[in-house]
Amino acid sequence: MGMAKGQIVAGCLAPHPPHLVYAENPPQNEPVAEGGWEQLRWGYERLRASLADIDYDAIVLLSPHWQTYVGTHFLGLEHFEGLSVDPIFPNLFRYHYNMNVDVELAKAIHDEAEAAGLPVKMMENPDFRVDYGTITTGHLFNPKWDKPLVVISSNRSTAYYSVEVMQEIMIELGKVTRKAIEASGKRVVVLASNSLSHRHFTTESEVPEDMSKEHITSHAMHLWDMRIIDYMRSGQAQRILDEMPEFTEQAIAESDGGGLSWLLSTLDVPDYPAILHGYGTIIGTGNAVVEWPCHAHEVSEA
Amino acid sequence: MSSGEVVASFVVPVHPHTVLAPDQNPGWQRLRDAFDEAAQTIRDLEADLLIVYSTTWPSIIGHQIQSDPNPEWVMVDHDFHDLGSIPYSFNIDAEFAHAWDEANRKRGLQSRCVNYKGFPIDVGSVVALTLLNPDNSIPAVIVSSNMYANRSETTVLAKSCLDVIKAQGRRAVAITAMSLSNRMFTDFISPQDDKIHSLKDDEWNRKILEFFKQGRLEDVGQLSRTIHQQIRVQKVVAFKPMWWLSAMNGNRNDLTGRVMAYEAIHGAGGAVVHLDPASSGVGDKEYDEDDVEYYHGERDVLDIVEEDQVQSQTNDEVTEETSNGPDLWEPTEAKGSVNTTTAPKPVGAYPHARRVGDMLFLSGVGPRQPGTNAIPGGPIHDKNGEPLPYDIKAQTRAVVENVKRIVEEAGATMEQVVDVTTFLVDMKRDFQGYNEVWAETLGKVGPTRTTLAIDALPTPIAVEMKVIVHMPA
Repeated sequence: MGMAKGQIVAGCLAPHPPHLVYAENPPQNEPVAEGGWEQLRWGYERLRASLADIDYDAIVLLSPHWQTYVGTHFLGLEHFEGLSVDPIFPNLFRYHYNMNVDVELAKAIHDEAEAAGLPVKMMENPDFRVDYGTITTGHLFNPKWDKPLVVISSNRSTAYYSVEVMQEIMIELGKVTRKAIEASGKRVVVLASNSLSHRHFTTESEVPEDMSKEHITSHAMHLWDMRIIDYMRSGQAQRILDEMPEFTEQAIAESDGGGLSWLLSTLDVPDYPAILHGYGTIIGTGNAVVEWPCHAHEVSEA
Repeated sequence: MSSGEVVASFVVPVHPHTVLAPDQNPGWQRLRDAFDEAAQTIRDLEADLLIVYSTTWPSIIGHQIQSDPNPEWVMVDHDFHDLGSIPYSFNIDAEFAHAWDEANRKRGLQSRCVNYKGFPIDVGSVVALTLLNPDNSIPAVIVSSNMYANRSETTVLAKSCLDVIKAQGRRAVAITAMSLSNRMFTDFISPQDDKIHSLKDDEWNRKILEFFKQGRLEDVGQLSRTIHQQIRVQKVVAFKPMWWLSAMNGNRNDLTGRVMAYEAIHGAGGAVVHLDPASSGVGDKEYDEDDVEYYHGERDVLDIVEEDQVQSQTNDEVTEETSNGPDLWEPTEAKGSVNTTTAPKPVGAYPHARRVGDMLFLSGVGPRQPGTNAIPGGPIHDKNGEPLPYDIKAQTRAVVENVKRIVEEAGATMEQVVDVTTFLVDMKRDFQGYNEVWAETLGKVGPTRTTLAIDALPTPIAVEMKVIVHMPA
């Protein structure tokens, strides 16, 4: 009897602004806050509750802050620990991390991607510092850090070529990710760690968590965010992919890192509604916590 | 204490190959050799400060300046992690960092120091300081490259740095950690196959290097936007280091340049260039973008308060009310009077000018604008008498424009101006800027001139001119 077919139990848009970890005051983070950005943090709480009874083996995460210009890279050692300091908001995020990697699954995705012709590399330098996007999303999704991760870098093909070329690469990467997960026999959650609209304020209020100062940077950004969220909630993933070039350009969206395209492809471009757990802005950028409950829509063929 | 100066500038590449793997490619080795030679040059110059502007340290909230006196960690590149690790332990001049931060804010910039254990110093800075200051004998300072900053913001960042260099009497070396063309191969290549990514990139790189050789740094700065469009990956922070480096060198085109090496690093253009401030004797400016002393950009998007609004108003938005000068009068109309609505209203009972025979005598003319009473370059103090930053050049240009309007209203020309008396309220601060504008305008006409320092003028302006014109029938 063969191994059971692996399954993606959920796919999530799980943004990584360090402000959310800062506001929560976990023991791993050095700075101390008076709260803030509750709408999004409550959104993460709802996401965690939604998946509390779903069993899974590993988390596969693509972070736009591990930026690679030469191919797509995968963390390739079993354990990483250290101090992650956000180079942009060091006043908010200095987090002592300790995480495990599912190297077997990472290598399986790597190998499938390589077979598909994508340039890929395993990252096996023990001194490597894991990027703060991975740490932030990793913490907010699973504060206990009790599941191993597969961490995939963000190839910057949008910057080199175009959103269209990025999507070609990310859709292919999504397909091989799905294939490798299914072949692994594991139950997996996949996370795209990115914001939606991504125009920042360039000033910071004296108290960073002063919510009276927080809002979207412009009405146009809000309209784009709502449009994309509407597509998510109404099961129109294909329209998101279709409009990705316009969205990415006009909303300066962090989807330029490929995470959202990769996620939707990994989920086989779902036509069932996603669950919006929360939306909020962080220094002007638009962020949504969204879950595609694959476990309720995909029948295991085990 | 000496006056302080930038004794040399260097352009250096950012990727870790020159530290970790020079032996794998002859071009990488040549870059490494050039780094080593540059390090020796810096020692020979007896520099006492290295200032690194790094394109691989992007920031969002203004500019960030490293102020940890001894940052230590191990740097691993996000792309080239298989080349190895670079441990670092740098000697940072925290005092200079804080002074620069303060100078930035005085010039209207968003700025902050960062001093956190474990802060990830970027690859460009790590490579530059590791190779240019191998024994850490020279204190250094590192500044980020703000991803939203424009030319004026980046230029002012350099000027505030110069303020501190001069105040502290430092012998500084300015370093930009950057690629020329920054398009790398998107696939993995063998070291021996490395070359510039495309012929176009190579041609542009060589064009830039030709400018460097001729010492035409300001011309490269003014081509920055074009260069970015042509050979830069767009998402990566714009090609702004040249704005900063040019301003650090007084926006000059007559430096003495030397290209020490130019090679490919995984397709990107890497060069080590030495720019000596000694004049090469050639190199006029080919372009003429405006200079800027104070940053007026809209950065207070979160929390605009009334005082900030006054501070951030653009110069031509200063209204009659905020200038808070004395009441304005209609010009008098005695025989021979010359008045015009295109010049600002007087602050007393007198005409704009008066003609006697073939001589025209102008009343004192300031920079206020007709109609709005706005002061180009900004008022010198607010309505409470608190000093404000202002631009003497803009004020002086506006004075000359107002003089021209009155002279032409009388039927004369600027070429007929024969004598000028200028009043400055701050001779020490303003003479140089005023003198530069004079040379560009009335200096070309050739009137006699007297310049006096006075205590104050009736409105919050820094300069006024008394003009005599000879206008034979």
